[in-house]
Amino acid sequence: MRLWQRPLVFGAGLLSSAACFAQSWNMPIGVTNVSREIHGLHMTIFWICVVIGVLVFGAMFYSLFRYRQSRGAKAAHFHENTKIEILWTVIPVLILVGMAIPATATLKNMYDASDAELDVMITGQQWRWRYEYLGENVAFNSNLSTPRSQIGGEEDRGEHYLLEVDEPLVLPINRKIRFLMTSDDVIHSWWVPDLAVKQDTIPGFINENWVKINEPGIYRGQCAELCGLDHGFMPVVVQAMEENAFDDWLAERKKVAEQEAQGVGREWEMDELMARGESVYQSICASCHQPEGQGSPPAFPSLAGNQQLINDLDWHLDKVINGVSGAAMPAFRNTLNPVEIAAVVTYTQNAWGNETEEIVQPARVADQVEP
Amino acid sequence: MAPKIPQQSPLQHSDTVATAGGIPQHAAHPTGWRRWVLTTNHKEIGTLYLIFSLTMFFVGGIFALVVRAELFQPGLQLVEPEFFNQMTTMHGLIMVFAAVMPAFTGLANWMIPLQIGAPDMALPRLNNFSFWLLPVSFTLLLSTLLMPGGGPNFGWTFYAPLSTTYAPSSTTFFILALHIAGISSILGAINIIATILNMRAPGMRLMDMPLFVWTWLITAFLLIAVMPVLAGVITMMLMDINFGTSFFDAGGGGDPVLFQHLFWFFGHPEVYIMILPAFGIVSAIIPTFARKPLFGYASMVYATAAIALLSFLVWAHHMFVVGLPLVAELFFMYSTMLIAVPTGVKIFNWVTTLFRGSISFESPMLFALAFVVLFTIGGFSGLMLAISPADFQYHDTYFVVAHFHYVLVPGAIFAIMAGVYYWLPKWTGHYPNETLAKWHFWFSVIGVNLTFFPMHFAGLAGMPRRIPDYALQFADFNFVSSIGAFFFGASQLLFVLVIVLCVRGGKKAPAKAWEGAVDLEWTVPSPAPLHTFETPPVFQSTDK
Ligand code: HEM
Ligand SMILES: [Cu+2]
Ligand SMILES: [Cu+2]
Repeated sequence: MRLWQRPLVFGAGLLSSAACFAQSWNMPIGVTNVSREIHGLHMTIFWICVVIGVLVFGAMFYSLFRYRQSRGAKAAHFHENTKIEILWTVIPVLILVGMAIPATATLKNMYDASDAELDVMITGQQWRWRYEYLGENVAFNSNLSTPRSQIGGEEDRGEHYLLEVDEPLVLPINRKIRFLMTSDDVIHSWWVPDLAVKQDTIPGFINENWVKINEPGIYRGQCAELCGLDHGFMPVVVQAMEENAFDDWLAERKKVAEQEAQGVGREWEMDELMARGESVYQSICASCHQPEGQGSPPAFPSLAGNQQLINDLDWHLDKVINGVSGAAMPAFRNTLNPVEIAAVVTYTQNAWGNETEEIVQPARVADQVEP
Repeated sequence: MAPKIPQQSPLQHSDTVATAGGIPQHAAHPTGWRRWVLTTNHKEIGTLYLIFSLTMFFVGGIFALVVRAELFQPGLQLVEPEFFNQMTTMHGLIMVFAAVMPAFTGLANWMIPLQIGAPDMALPRLNNFSFWLLPVSFTLLLSTLLMPGGGPNFGWTFYAPLSTTYAPSSTTFFILALHIAGISSILGAINIIATILNMRAPGMRLMDMPLFVWTWLITAFLLIAVMPVLAGVITMMLMDINFGTSFFDAGGGGDPVLFQHLFWFFGHPEVYIMILPAFGIVSAIIPTFARKPLFGYASMVYATAAIALLSFLVWAHHMFVVGLPLVAELFFMYSTMLIAVPTGVKIFNWVTTLFRGSISFESPMLFALAFVVLFTIGGFSGLMLAISPADFQYHDTYFVVAHFHYVLVPGAIFAIMAGVYYWLPKWTGHYPNETLAKWHFWFSVIGVNLTFFPMHFAGLAGMPRRIPDYALQFADFNFVSSIGAFFFGASQLLFVLVIVLCVRGGKKAPAKAWEGAVDLEWTVPSPAPLHTFETPPVFQSTDK
């Protein structure tokens, strides 16, 4: 849309807002029973406010118009009336009690995460989400997939600009799913408006929430708690599938995970590690250390030409596995598997002119991670 | 820009001021810059506070415009996310601690002694000290922007561990700056309480005090109660950052949620600190221009007290999605809904005061009326936010940004502007230029609504706050908001113009500058001489 067209469209939208109120001008009704209830509460309290507003502002503008001095109005001198004061205290209290009753019921329902059929652990990390299907041995990271060139404006922006990821969270419909939510670093907040789930993920805490989705589809949201540099760039995408399709998907993912586990035992070639390492680097490390390893000191040291890293492989491996306490560098021991860690360390050792010729085998990483 | 305060002849001074023992107290007035740096006069200190606040209003405003410029269109055009975060953070901190709070303290300094018939504040030297702490504090705070690693970038709510373990190294200076500002507020509050409780004109009972004095008395108690909590929480941050403690570091056994409880135990009363004095100003202006006494003086006092007490019981409504237990969630939902009741009482009272009055629309009245309407809209969205299940959708979105800007900009700031237009004749001896003031009013009203109303929609449609770039469906709302923001920002230059013109000249104002004004400040000449009420006035209790 051209810039000058926007106000026109906006104006038209404002005029027809009554008609399209259910659309993107308002809270979505969503696809769960809870989201419907919340939308209902939202609209109820909204209309209560509208009615009170019409009455109060009506009385106010009537007085302003009717009792203008320029119209010759003479001021009355009445004041203090206990009956009226009591009335306009008690009536609002009654309205609020009426509002609190359904709100309490909905809240109780939202807090009841019992009898879930599937547990998903959601971990916030600067700046991605990690999803783990508990007891299923399936886990993966979900990163923003909008290319940086779109953000910078060198390329046209796609339909789901900033609301798209490399791997969405896949969930079945019609099953109650419990979320266990935590964070590896700072506080994030996992939010999908259509599911009416917004819950902070807090380091050291495990929060609980749940969802039971009624319709298949793709639902998009974002991190809602300021979490540092790329807070605006950590979207949430949920793909809700029919139950059968979900079961097939999960079985497939389990198989892949097993193959990956076997990969730890074998000897890897340099080329394989470099290829794998580059993709891990670009999706996990580049947001801080930059795509070319140049970093952005002082917060994020450069890796290209970093002498300590070049001279001391053990040190390098330790920082990736265990992180740097008191700094932004997270520990990747639980986030990346041994193959990924071995690959990304090998890649960093050999990319951008570092050229140490060092190869780290997944088995070596596994030894360091396990004990 | 300072109002010209007429020099009084030395003779007059030795008459009235040199007291028993022959020690001349105020007799030696330093001149030049020393007059302002060393002043212990409540009017001069009030002026200093107001000038400081206005300056910071523009500094904070420029930061906001950087934010709005970046959000004008999707994509990253002007600033890096890192700098964007510094701008949102600094904007919030400056507006809260350096613009709104000092403005109210400035008005208190000027008007409380005049409204209660006291010659000055109770503790004049302390008063000077409280003010001069502020430029120190905010120079330090602003200087963090130039430090390596940049300034605070974790939001004005500075949640740990983003503001501790993950913070830029300048955070220690941020903590020091906030400590200094906090001490300034506490000392100011002590001074105000001491003044109000001890220095009222003979015959003025508490229930005779103007509402601006009442609301400030209650605000001062809130300040004394919660500023130490803020000091405590930033000291804990300081220890976590520099001395290896783990109050908020989960890795060391600490508790990041504790930070939020402590912050909001300060933070929620803080938002009322920024609005109660506004209630007081509006409660003076509406009866004046409706030429009719305030409908329920006593109930206004009780409602203010009720709001202040309740404000200690609602803090966790800012934490509905952190995973509180169900009972806590319910308790804070109910208590927050309850706080809307005394707030409603105030609004009903103002409207009833207008009913059957004889109303005229001078600029102070226009701002006060806009306050009533637009603050009420902010109150409505507050009521919606109080519904905890719905807050799971609203929280940390632009809907919240819309809410608190409605209560703070056309709320607190419009009330401050109303107060300035109302009292300028008393300060300078001239009426402000009414035509320009009306332009300023209409531009501000349009600008505020253009800026903040679309934010309700952006938030409901799913836009989180504190993001430098956004999905395409939010583009139109942001486009309008940005235009509104620049329009609003530019129209504030008119405000400065009106003030400067008014200080330099204009229609002469009599002692009682407004026909319907009743309080004691209108019994002293306009402009108010440097020393007033050296002999206490005799206060006649009118029918309030
Ligand atoms: C009817 C009265 C009010 C009610 C019921 C109310 C309710 C709320 C609630 C529930 C929130 C939290 C929303 C969220 O973060 O999800 C909130 C936020 C806020 N309110 Fe109010 N509010 C009221 C009046 C005020 C007033 C008078 C002020 C200040 C002048 C104010 C300033 C704020 C601010 C600054 C925030 C946002 C804080 C932040 O997260 O940065 N509110 N309000
Ligand atoms: Cu975030
Ligand atoms: Cu609050």
